[in-house]
This record gives sequence, structure tokens and C-alpha cells, in this order.
Amino acid sequence: MKKQTTDSRPSGPKPWYDPRIRALFFQIVAIALVFWGGWTLVDNTLTNMQSRGISTGFGFLEETAGFGIIMSLVPYDATMTYGRTFVVGLMNTLLVSAMGIVTATILGFIIGVARLSSNWLVAKLALVYIEVIRNIPLLLQIFFWYFAVLGSLPSPRQSVEVAGSLFLNNRGLYLPEPIPQEGFGLVWGSILVAIVAVVGLSKWAKKRQLATGEIFPTFRVGLAIVVVLPVLAYLAAGSPMTWDMPALKGFNFGGGITIIPELAALWVALSLYTASFIAEIVRSGILSVSKGQTEAAKALGLPNGRILRLVVIPQAMRVIIPPLTSQYLNLTKNSSLATAIGYPDLVAVFMGTTLNQTGQAVEVVAITMAVYLTISLLISLFMNIYNRAVAIKER
Amino acid sequence: MAEKMMRPPKLAIGPVAWMRQNLFSSWHNSLLTIVVGYLVITNVAPLFNWLFFEATFRGDEPSDCTGAGACWLFINERLNFFIYGFYPDELQWRVDVMFGLLAVSFLPQFIERFPGRKWFGIFGLTGLPLIGIFLVPGGSFGLEIVQSSKWGGLMLTLILAYIGILASLPIGIVLALGRRSEMPIIRGICVVFIEVWRAVPLITVLFMASVMLPLFLPEGMNFEKLMRALIGITLWQSAYMAEVIRGGLQAIPRGQYEAADALGLGYWKKTGLIILPQALKMVIPGIVNTFISLFKDTTLVLIIGLFDILGTVQSTITDPAWQNVAIEGYVFVAFCFWIFCFGISRYSQNLERKLDTGHKT
Repeated sequence: MKKQTTDSRPSGPKPWYDPRIRALFFQIVAIALVFWGGWTLVDNTLTNMQSRGISTGFGFLEETAGFGIIMSLVPYDATMTYGRTFVVGLMNTLLVSAMGIVTATILGFIIGVARLSSNWLVAKLALVYIEVIRNIPLLLQIFFWYFAVLGSLPSPRQSVEVAGSLFLNNRGLYLPEPIPQEGFGLVWGSILVAIVAVVGLSKWAKKRQLATGEIFPTFRVGLAIVVVLPVLAYLAAGSPMTWDMPALKGFNFGGGITIIPELAALWVALSLYTASFIAEIVRSGILSVSKGQTEAAKALGLPNGRILRLVVIPQAMRVIIPPLTSQYLNLTKNSSLATAIGYPDLVAVFMGTTLNQTGQAVEVVAITMAVYLTISLLISLFMNIYNRAVAIKER
Repeated sequence: MAEKMMRPPKLAIGPVAWMRQNLFSSWHNSLLTIVVGYLVITNVAPLFNWLFFEATFRGDEPSDCTGAGACWLFINERLNFFIYGFYPDELQWRVDVMFGLLAVSFLPQFIERFPGRKWFGIFGLTGLPLIGIFLVPGGSFGLEIVQSSKWGGLMLTLILAYIGILASLPIGIVLALGRRSEMPIIRGICVVFIEVWRAVPLITVLFMASVMLPLFLPEGMNFEKLMRALIGITLWQSAYMAEVIRGGLQAIPRGQYEAADALGLGYWKKTGLIILPQALKMVIPGIVNTFISLFKDTTLVLIIGLFDILGTVQSTITDPAWQNVAIEGYVFVAFCFWIFCFGISRYSQNLERKLDTGHKT
């Protein structure tokens, strides 16, 4: 878009035909419009709030909330402040997003690869999964898992039981909770040592490979170190771990870790839904690597596993990462659908209950939107850094 | 030299060979086929039983649902509510006319050789909404007024999606052009607008529209709930649309701009006659994908209390007269959405293949 500059002509055009003056004019008009619009909004809002008796400011964050929340990662009860409810909601949003991102990525990669399988049945099954799941609204899928599947589970007394330690009923999934005892520090220490050892090992292996060309099985040996060392430390310290078992007390279970059905439904629906999109991204990424690359690697005599690991996947990742980032963002934003089934995420707790109780719509909506804006910007920042690291290095 | 006519070996063509190639090419492939095949067969058979063979289709009352399968009777009984919401029975012909016109406008698009199908499409984008504005709410030409609070079901879903897409496309074009502008302030305003709307979830936008919009407006001026939801959806969607269109604008080779400049065309002629037609054609699949996601996202309006098709079903499955019809309800809604979304995505793939003028490498 080059400017069609004509202003160097001796006679000189009329000023309103000069693109620079025009640009200046339009920008001044745009600024004026934005300021006028903004001022009108603020003015209207203040007038409206005054006439309805709504207070302003962020003082409400210090007030007592007075409502209970069914699940919180930080200690919470009804006597705490609205500021605390914000933290509880935020943590719950982050929790379900992180869980969803992990499972959706794993599932998406599996399905994406299955879609390319040479096995006709597996490939078609993956296709059917993708076409069905991604053409059905997410909210409907959340409802399905919450009301139709989890809602029809038995009551706590008739729980589905696995090995006497894992219980599933319509109040949620109950798991034993590990509680580290005295001496568990040794295990943490050994994990740290193992990680340092693996880093050193991989450096040494790379150096040796550059010098002699011999390949050391770093991954397998590294995995062995990371698994074996902590297990030895655990046994040496005398198994310093007890399990808090869930047990039926009265009408409900107590103890252990509880995954409430709201969280479970949201997690399952978000993972399955996003996985169908990730699968297509993975497929197109793998297909984008030209066949010649695989053939060239074969001609060099590389075994199949190494072709995949060293030639195909690094090139596919370049195509996969940018759209994958958008999917992570979508998943995080979609976790706000939690409010429809009552999982206490940021939107449900803060934009729902807190807003209703305090009536301070402007502040609450602004804070909530700012949080999502920050999360989005952070995710894309990290993914862009990673993206730059794997991009083709061109001169 | 009598050459014997030899048929190709049986194991190279035909179903047996196909199975050897695609299902049993190696021992682990065979194992995979057997395990997966077993799982598919054991799961699909009960599914079909539930859906069709043991399901109840006929009857008048909840007590008629005696089969082990699905109770489609429930859907049948409530179909009117699922399609029209609370729209008065005797006025439903007005909605039916709109459904008919919608079908007339868009079904021909799926048939390759339909005469003048372009004009049907153009009618769908211009005349159809114009007729709808008068026909559905009523109020003029002697039509009885139907408040928007009575609209619901599939009809509301279609209205939300249709107006959302129609309004967000032009706004998106303007925003995309603004983002590509050489004027830093205009570009800045567009970038901020697009990035902010894209970063927040639709739910927060809908909440904002329903809670805060009344505060923003001067006193005495107020919108109905549906209108507020539409404003929120349109603003949110136009940001996505802008990014899709920006992709198309970026894909136009520089030579096109320079050629237009060389012809002495001004900005608007250059953009309107040369750049936009090419850019829009290039991103039709992206626009359609945005449309599909908007169509699915319209279900969110049930959170702010509008009865779209999911909302109508969700509100009836708890009816104590019918027992355990939740799955039937969800399957019905899923099927409705699936038909629309899958159809549209197939259409867009067709279009992509047909409009491929060799820009892509």
C-alpha cells in the first residue's frame, strides 16, 4: 500500500486531495469519535448509577461475602471477603483450564495420528469422532455429561467402587489423598538429584555424539534414573507416606480428594471438544511435512523411530504450534461455560454471585474481563516464545 | 505364442485384498483391527437398539414409553415448543414462511447446476432479513405484534446466528481494513478493539451486554434482552471476522495494490473493486468456519435467560411427567446442530475446491 503522493507537483493539489492531510483529518475525527463515545458512556453510566443508587469503587472487595462455594483450592468460608471469592474463582478457572489443556493435547495428538493410521477402521473411527464432536455445541456437551451421564450415577450409598479406595457416585469422584510424612524430604531431594543427573547426562551424551558419532540412549537411561532414584529414596526413608482414604460417613463421603461432578463434567467436555480440533491441527501439521523429507531420511539409513523424532515431528510442530495456541486460548475461555452447570469458576463466582450481591456491575465485569485478557496475553506470549524457538532459522 | 489369458490373482484385488491392505497389513495392525472392531461392534449395536429398534415412536402420553430404548415421543410432543418457543400457535405461519424462504435461498446452493442460484443466495442475504424484520415481530401491515420475549427454540437460534453473521461481516471488513491502514491512530483503535474482544469469553460479553448495556445508555432508552444479546454477539463476532478477513488482505500480492495505484484509483475504489473481492473470495472457508462457531455459540444465550433451542429442551427435560428424557432431548438438539454445522462445513469445502484459482501453492 504505497501512498500515491502527488504533492510534489509544482502547481500543488488542493489540500483536501493531499493524502497526508486527509490521513491527519481522518485520524483526528477518529480520536474525537472515540473520546466522545467514551465520554458519553462514562457520563451515562455515572448518571444511571447515581439515579439507581449504585455505589462505585473497589471497596466492595473488602466486604464480607457471606455465601458458600462448593469447591475451593484455597481455604474459604462464608465469612471471608469478596476479594477472597475472586481468588477462589480464579484458581478454579485456572485448575480446570490446566487439566483440560493437558488431556485435550494428549487426546488430540492420539486422535490426529489415528486419523492418519494405515488401519482403515482406526482412521475412519477417528474421522467420525472429529466430525461428530466438533459440530455439536460445547454447552450441549457439558450439559450431556453433567445432567445425563453424571446425574444418573447412583447415590453415595450405592457408589461404584474400585479396589475399595476409589468411589464414584452422583456427588463426585472420591480418590485417596497422599499425605507425605516426616522423612519425605529425602524423596524430594532425590527427585532434584535425578533431574540434575539427567541434564548432565544429556549434555555429556550430546558432546560424545558430536565427538565420536555414537548415540547414547539418553531418553531410556534418563527415564530409568528419574524413576529408580526416587523409588530407592522412598524405600530407604521407610515409605514415609500415608493415604487419606475416602470413607462413607453418614450420607456422604469424607476424606480423600474429591472431584466434584461439576468439575468432572466440565473437564471431560472441554477435553473431548478441544481434542477434536487439536486432532485436525495435528493431522494437517503432519501432512504438511513433505514425503521427500521422510524418503531422504530413509535413504540416509535412519530407523523409523528416529525419522519421526528428528525429521517429521520438529517440522510438523512449526505448523501445529500457532493454531494449537489458539485452541489453548479457546479452552481457557470456554471454561467460563462452567457457570451453566454451577462449577464455581471465575465467571460463576465473581460475575455471577458477587455481582448479584454487590450490584457493582462495572467493576466486576471490568475485573473479570481484565483477568481473561491477561490470561490470553500470557498464553500467547509463552507460546510465541516457544514458537520462535522451534521456527526455521533462516539467514 | 498363445498367451494364456490370466486373471489377476485373487489376492491383489477385491475385498480380500482390500482387507489385507487396510486392516491386516501386519500383525500389530491385525491386532488393532480386532480389538477396535470388537469395541465398535459391542458398542454400536446397543446404540442402534436404543436409538431405533427398541425406541418408542408412537403414542400420546408419557406412559406409552414402555420400550427399553429412547422415548422419541417426548420430542414429538414438545416439537412445537422446541421450534417456535412461546410464539403464539395461530401466528406460527409467519415463522414457517421465514423457514421456507430460508430453505429456498440456501438449498439451491448445494445443487451445482441450479439455474440462477446466485440470485437465490443474494436474496437470502438481502431480501430475506428485510422480510423477516416485518414478518417475525409484526407490528406493521396489520400484523399482530409478537414480543421478542416470546420467541424461542430453533427459530431464535437461527435468528441469532443469522443476524449475528450479517451484522458482523461488514463491521469485520471495516475493522480489518482499519488494522491494515497506514494511519497509526486508526490502526491502533482497531487493534485494541479486535484484541480485547477476542481475548474475553463470549459469556462475559453476554453478561456485560445484559448487565452493563442498560447503564451505558442514556436514560429513557432501553433495549430488550434479545437486542442486547445480539449487540454483544455482533461485537464479539466482528473481532473474529476481522482477523479472518485480515488474513485474506495479507494474502493479496503487493502487485495488485501497485497496479491499482498505477491506474490512478483512489483508496475506496482500489479497495472495493480490486482488493476486497479477491480477499473475501480467498477467505470464504474461514468466514464459514467463523459462522459455524457462531452458530454453536448462540446456545450460550440460555445463560442470560433466552430460550434458544437448547434452552427450550433444557427447560423441559426436568418435567416430572416424563422420566429420564434428558438424553433424548440432548440427542435431538445435537442432531439439529450437527445437520446444520456439518452441512455448512461440507458446502464450504466444496466452495473452496471450486474457487481455488491457484493462489495457494
